[in-house]
Amino acid sequence: MSALLETVGLTRFFGSVRAAEDLNMRVTEGETVGIIGSNGSGKTTFLNLATGYLKPERGRILLDGRDTTALPPRAITRLGVARSFQIPQLYLGMTVLEATLLSLAARAGRIGAWAPLQRDDRIGEARQTLAQFALDTHAPRLIGELPEGSRKLLDIALAVALKPRLLLMDEPTAGVSTEDKFEVMDTLAAVLRDSGITTLFVEHDMDVVQRYSQRVLVFDQGLVIADGEPAKVLGDADVRRAVLGHV
Amino acid sequence: MDKRLRAIAVLLVSALLLLVGVPLLLSGWLLFLLTVASAKALAVLGIVLLLRGKLLTFGHALYYATGAYAAGMAVRYLGVHEALVLLALALVAGVAMGALLGLLVARYRAVYFALLNLAFSMVLYGMLLKLYNVTGGTDGIGIGEPTLAGFRLGGNALRIAMYELSVILTAVLVYFTHRFFVSPLGYTLRAIRDNEVRVEYMGVSVWRAVYVSYIIAGALGAVSGCLIALSVGHITPDLAFWSQSGEFVFVAILGGTGSVLAPVIGSVLFEAVRNYAFELSPYTWQMTLGIVLLLIIFFLPGGVWSLTSYLPRRSSR
Repeated sequence: MSALLETVGLTRFFGSVRAAEDLNMRVTEGETVGIIGSNGSGKTTFLNLATGYLKPERGRILLDGRDTTALPPRAITRLGVARSFQIPQLYLGMTVLEATLLSLAARAGRIGAWAPLQRDDRIGEARQTLAQFALDTHAPRLIGELPEGSRKLLDIALAVALKPRLLLMDEPTAGVSTEDKFEVMDTLAAVLRDSGITTLFVEHDMDVVQRYSQRVLVFDQGLVIADGEPAKVLGDADVRRAVLGHV
Repeated sequence: MDKRLRAIAVLLVSALLLLVGVPLLLSGWLLFLLTVASAKALAVLGIVLLLRGKLLTFGHALYYATGAYAAGMAVRYLGVHEALVLLALALVAGVAMGALLGLLVARYRAVYFALLNLAFSMVLYGMLLKLYNVTGGTDGIGIGEPTLAGFRLGGNALRIAMYELSVILTAVLVYFTHRFFVSPLGYTLRAIRDNEVRVEYMGVSVWRAVYVSYIIAGALGAVSGCLIALSVGHITPDLAFWSQSGEFVFVAILGGTGSVLAPVIGSVLFEAVRNYAFELSPYTWQMTLGIVLLLIIFFLPGGVWSLTSYLPRRSSR
């Protein structure tokens, strides 16, 4: 099967820090892939490169065979790649419902200046999306008043509302308490399974990656040092040393 | 009574009051004050619109003068005297100016956006002042008495007609702006205020949203300037001066940014305060305005409009 996302020789340095060097990887349609690595191993840089926020010094990024290396984030988003953020990137002065409606309008490409944003059919769809994430009770609340865990989920919900072919998540459980993280991931996994979205997520938590990904890539100082089944990869001594700093 | 019917009834009664009652009851100069206030409210509305995206401009008089001089030039060089044609020309000029300058200005934010607009407005001011042969320099341009939809009116009839034109046009454009505020583009502007990166990651162009908003604000400013030119009958380069831009920002803060009606209330209040302040103390009226602004900032940071939150709410049964 052809790759939905593929990188060829992707290279990016920040001064003398290597964030990515000759990075080759593929994600196939329908997969759930986890990327794990220690701080500074290039995980977030990879997401920024894949979505066009940063440009590589060398190498190419292919989406469904099409070269997207030179495109800005909004063009890549419109090609069906949505992302969520490690620190939720939200509109704090808007209500949860309004922000969701705006995502839905953006997906339809209907950012006009005359017809109202709040259409009945769109509100229905927004409430459905929010219900999937158990956020429907928060719909009328200002985003700025939400607790951190709900913001994290909303950040992902706004990306899912775009109905992407590929969803990139940056540490979906960062900032979520240890007791809650599996609950959050269960919610996410269910939504993504139901909607059939190919998912690539970055994590530093071994348990989360082990449990929720079909395949794991291990990043270390800008290099992919392992790629394979979670159980096998995460049991490897070199991988554990790279990610945890000890075996 | 049905909610919709009641809304229509309220609208009809207030339209009747504004368009028939006010001209019958108020003296000539109060009518003129309201004409000017409702016309200027449109320029302030442009400021308020941009503020939704946290875009503060200190040069909106640029568009105000563009509208006024588009009308002035048409009177002087084309011999056009029809108010509706002059307004249409001003609108086109405002859109064109916004579309041109917006190409550059829409890339900037914060203090750069504010000062770039200020710079352009002062360039226009300088040109209006120096190109004597074209613009009449400090002498300005006389607009004369316009016709309205082909009718030649004079004296009191014209004054009333200008008042009605100003109020109707302001009401229509306030409604259009309200539609903009609740449209996806209006929400996008609010989103840009909070997080531009996320807007791009929705697949929406931040630049385009700012650009279109900027043009709309410019168009509002131009219509405002043309209405003033028509009702005052004479225009000078001062229309583009920075203190005029400052006045629009002042009125925006005075009225508040919470509603499309806030600029209208702010504008009427401002014209009233200025008139009475001038009457009471001709030499310190600016100080009076300054004190009013300080009081607003300290005690009503949401502007006069925020007082409406104290109005009794009808229960929604």
